[in-house]
Amino acid sequence: MKYMLLIHQGDTPTPRDPEAWGRLSPEEQQSVYQDYKTVTSTPGVTPGEQMGPSDTATTVRVQDGKPLTTDGPFVETKESLDGYLIYEADDLDAAIELAAKIPAARLGGAIEVRPIVEWSQS
Amino acid sequence: MVAILDRVFRDEWGRVLAALIGFLGDFELAEEAAQEAFAVAAARWPREGVPTNPAAWLVTTARRRAIDRIRRDRTLAAKTRLLDVPEAIEDPDPMDQTPFHDERLELVFTCCHPALDTEAQVALTLRTLGGLTTGEIARAFLVPEATMSQRLVRAKRKIKAAGIPFRVPPDHLLPDRLAAVLAVEYLIFNEGYGGRSDLAAEAIRLGRALAELMPDEPEVHGLLALMLLHDSRREARFREGEVVLLADQDRSLWDHEQIAEGRAALDRALALRGHGQYVVQAAIASLHLEEPRDWPQIAALYGELAQLTDSPVVELNRAAAVAETEGPEAGLELLDRLPLSDYRYLHSMRAEMLRRLGRLDEASTEYRHALELMPDAAERRLFERRLASLGVAEPGARSERS
Repeated sequence: MKYMLLIHQGDTPTPRDPEAWGRLSPEEQQSVYQDYKTVTSTPGVTPGEQMGPSDTATTVRVQDGKPLTTDGPFVETKESLDGYLIYEADDLDAAIELAAKIPAARLGGAIEVRPIVEWSQS
Repeated sequence: MVAILDRVFRDEWGRVLAALIGFLGDFELAEEAAQEAFAVAAARWPREGVPTNPAAWLVTTARRRAIDRIRRDRTLAAKTRLLDVPEAIEDPDPMDQTPFHDERLELVFTCCHPALDTEAQVALTLRTLGGLTTGEIARAFLVPEATMSQRLVRAKRKIKAAGIPFRVPPDHLLPDRLAAVLAVEYLIFNEGYGGRSDLAAEAIRLGRALAELMPDEPEVHGLLALMLLHDSRREARFREGEVVLLADQDRSLWDHEQIAEGRAALDRALALRGHGQYVVQAAIASLHLEEPRDWPQIAALYGELAQLTDSPVVELNRAAAVAETEGPEAGLELLDRLPLSDYRYLHSMRAEMLRRLGRLDEASTEYRHALELMPDAAERRLFERRLASLGVAEPGARSERS
């Protein structure tokens, strides 16, 4: 099974917010980097590209055939998607275990695990 | 014959369905095949007699039906585990009764997977392991049948689409996952304890099955013991629709056979060195059935339970036991530390203790407070009677509620 792990940082301190990030001890900062490295180098993981922060997002809708843009993400900024990765795993238990290792999951954010629909077999 | 069919259906449904899900890797397909096999049995057994191993017969027949169906639908075949099945199994002798592997444990862990919400876990467990119909589950939980049907369909689809594994979890996941299974079982029991006794019986049936499947897990025996001991007093808990407190119950109405079974399960749990929350609760339930009650021991066990669960409600029960051994002042002192001001039993218990101390006006105020928080009519009447027995006039007469 293939899963997409959607990373929502939520209130997680990240280097993008130096003030919040600075409140983590150097050891904690180090463990965040280390944990991301462990996760992205797990066999079966295809890391996602790095996304710009959600305040750089532009949301597009089409109304009467014309594109209509709004400044910002589709959902509330706090709930926006901040990153993703693809994980080829045996089952949902394995995907949940990997998701739990992503620092955002323990530091104020959450990981959404979504199965990827596969058509190749039919 | 109909009675035999019903009994076999109830006894074997979970086992048959579990084996089919294990074989087919698909809940919906397995359920259809199982239903078909039971229908074939209903038509044939009255003519040909019940096979010596009905479950094996049903599994074999259901597999054959499922394979027929899959042959007719190649796309479906591509999506099931059947592709890996060796050719020889494709055309079994319908009378073949080879024993099959019991996969109910895999099934219960799949149904109680934490990626499903609790309502779905409960419904799925009752449907697949318990063999209750969607309509029966809907009525038990007071929701429309269509709602329950949707809940079940969604859960089954999620299991497949999200890749929830059909297996007993590996050791590092087992403690949490077993706790989830036991929580579902206890939730079903408590729904039943509130009046729908068929659900309580169903939870006990599940508990017995789980104890058979996981004989070395003390908490499994602990929960079974707890349910058996509580349920043994079912007939005595109500008299003409009124709640009867344990101390006033007619002991001849207790199910003593079931108490013995509960205590045997508790003994097994203790022999396995169990000291988890269900084992401790079962030990307390067992002590409560003794006369006279060993209050110091009960208080000590509530203390142990409070440490395990960190629950103020458990502390409340400890306070009641302490009041019995050290007197109502000691009980009151414990109660006053608890963050439970909106909890009806805090007030009813304070009232009882104040009554024993002869502080009747305060007791009356507490009973009234408790009554305001009580939704259940039979329970309200019980505490109205306690209040009336104080002989204290209602303060401010009738205008206070307007």
